[in-house]
Amino acid sequence: MKSQTRRGFLKCFGLAGTVLAVGRAGFASEGAINDNGVGLLYDATRCVGCKACVAACKRANDLPPEKGSFDPEGIWDAPADLDGKTRNIVKLYRESESVWSYVKVQCMHCMKPSCVSVCPVSAMQQDADGRVFYDKTRCIGCRMCMVACPFIVPRFQWEKPLPQIVKCDLCKFSEVPRKGKPACAGVCPTEAVQYGRRRQLLAEAKRRTETNPGRYRSYVYGEHEVGGTNVLYLASAAVPFDKLGLPNLPNEAPAAFSEKIQHRIYKGFMAPLALYATLFFVATLNRKKLSKGGEKEEER
Amino acid sequence: MTRPFFSGVSRRDFLKTCMTATALMGLPLEAVRRVAEAAQSPGRPPVIWLHFQECTGCSESLLRSSHPTLASLILDLVSLDYQETLMAGSGEQAEKALEDSIKENRGKYILVVEGAIPTQNEGVYCKVGGKTALESLSRAAPGAAAIVSIGTCASYGGIQAADPNPTGAVGVSNVVNQKPIINIPGCPPSPYNFLSTILYIQTFKKMPVLDQLGRPMFAYGRRIHEHCERRPHFDAGRFAEKFGDDGHRQGFCLYKIGCKGPATFANCSVQRFNDTGTWPVSVGHPCIGCTEPDVVFKTSIFDKVQIHSLTPPDTYPAAVVEEKGKGADPLTTGVVGLVAGAALGAGAMLVKRLPKEVGDEKSD
Repeated sequence: MKSQTRRGFLKCFGLAGTVLAVGRAGFASEGAINDNGVGLLYDATRCVGCKACVAACKRANDLPPEKGSFDPEGIWDAPADLDGKTRNIVKLYRESESVWSYVKVQCMHCMKPSCVSVCPVSAMQQDADGRVFYDKTRCIGCRMCMVACPFIVPRFQWEKPLPQIVKCDLCKFSEVPRKGKPACAGVCPTEAVQYGRRRQLLAEAKRRTETNPGRYRSYVYGEHEVGGTNVLYLASAAVPFDKLGLPNLPNEAPAAFSEKIQHRIYKGFMAPLALYATLFFVATLNRKKLSKGGEKEEER
Repeated sequence: MTRPFFSGVSRRDFLKTCMTATALMGLPLEAVRRVAEAAQSPGRPPVIWLHFQECTGCSESLLRSSHPTLASLILDLVSLDYQETLMAGSGEQAEKALEDSIKENRGKYILVVEGAIPTQNEGVYCKVGGKTALESLSRAAPGAAAIVSIGTCASYGGIQAADPNPTGAVGVSNVVNQKPIINIPGCPPSPYNFLSTILYIQTFKKMPVLDQLGRPMFAYGRRIHEHCERRPHFDAGRFAEKFGDDGHRQGFCLYKIGCKGPATFANCSVQRFNDTGTWPVSVGHPCIGCTEPDVVFKTSIFDKVQIHSLTPPDTYPAAVVEEKGKGADPLTTGVVGLVAGAALGAGAMLVKRLPKEVGDEKSD
């Protein structure tokens, strides 16, 4: 290594990076959307707001409690939203005495997840069952996933010296290996949260909306949003989805669009090669000009 | 049958008590028959009951329960060879009974200890029949099949062991090792927990599952808070703020006036006391955490306890967070812009008027 020059080292490093980048791009591109993943079906009309899922999620995934702003003594676990200590939360939309709804908030497990697409180090990943999960050993803390998520799900442990991203992984590493289903679905007393294959959940959701048009809004949120999500929502006929914090989103996955452009540009390392070629051209041109100028100078 | 039912206990009462004890052990209904059979079996295990630094409250709570069934069951279930509160004999005669039982039933008897053991100055602070508690215990312990520490004093030292602990009082497990010890803490403990433990050993000929503090899991496996009738008030944030206030009268949660329920493992909120369904919290007094060695006599009764396994309250955050105020209006933006622009201009003019080079000025 002693004989290694700085120039040599950087060259070697660059080459290795190039090879890796080409390999990755080739691997990740044009992945067909997997519509047979596992997911959740949350039925807001069945939810009784008992928060058993919130408590069970914390227990199963060993998450610390979060103090509420109204609770200076810290006697409850009262997060106001998803945060660095909370993967799952039940919120309330209340318009009047008769028009109201609970809503359970957790990762939607998009079928084409933006967070996975933007992550520069593949710390966010999607497994074969469509679950989007986080690998803390790879994360560099850039928080691009937080910017990319249309549902504002990934949260950061701001208070920790070595922070991680916190988000639902459908209990991939905790409750599913032990009990076969995520903690929230396992504990729900009214089956407002159900776990299963997305196709079956979607069929069940449609069955409910069709057989009970007065009770349900005739739309399954998550069927098409941003390319479809593995977590599906049913809501009461009286409550629009955006009031539950589920935004109106286009049906195309932004990640699919941006990846199409990016993967095309970088196919076969095209863009960098073109850039380097241009730079090389400009440099040679300037070199020629400079040497001519030099000659003139000498002449004088 | 060698013996009919226990003296003064009807068949109905007997079965009811067996049923309660079985349910308390967390066993299915079919097990009642086995428990009842064990309770009637003629081979009664000999029991030696030693009293040390204590108030006899544990014995009293057992004997003075309003219902006679429990006490007679326990006392008929075992052959009580030595119990200072109950035995007829006294003096030399009583001590001889103790010696005889230790010798005769070596390896078979259950040793019940009530009260803490002083260790300071060779344990001179507690003597029975001229022998210190330490001596009595080390005499009786080696031959015991199992040791049951009844009450918080025998389990962990109790009130004697409270700071500054002048007598160096400790629990049985600090003095005796290499013997199975079952702790039944409480001040006093529920007599049913003691009965169930004895019946469990009788029926299954083995020790019940214990937690890390040596307490039977069937009785001490959950926090009082988990089954408290005032729990909905806790979840909803309705608290008694001080004794006798409006919240206290309305039966709100006692956490803020010192209830140790969220940190105390015991079945008081399920089994209750006195066969009448009462317990301290039901009559308005906060739990003092008497089954927890780190709580009772270590913290003030009225201090709030740190809750370690927090649960959500019964309030909900809003589904959609409202935007924080409205943005700046055009007028404000304009005024701020003008002021900033003027400041910038003035600054530029000032720079122009400065001497061209600082060096020039100095050389002058």
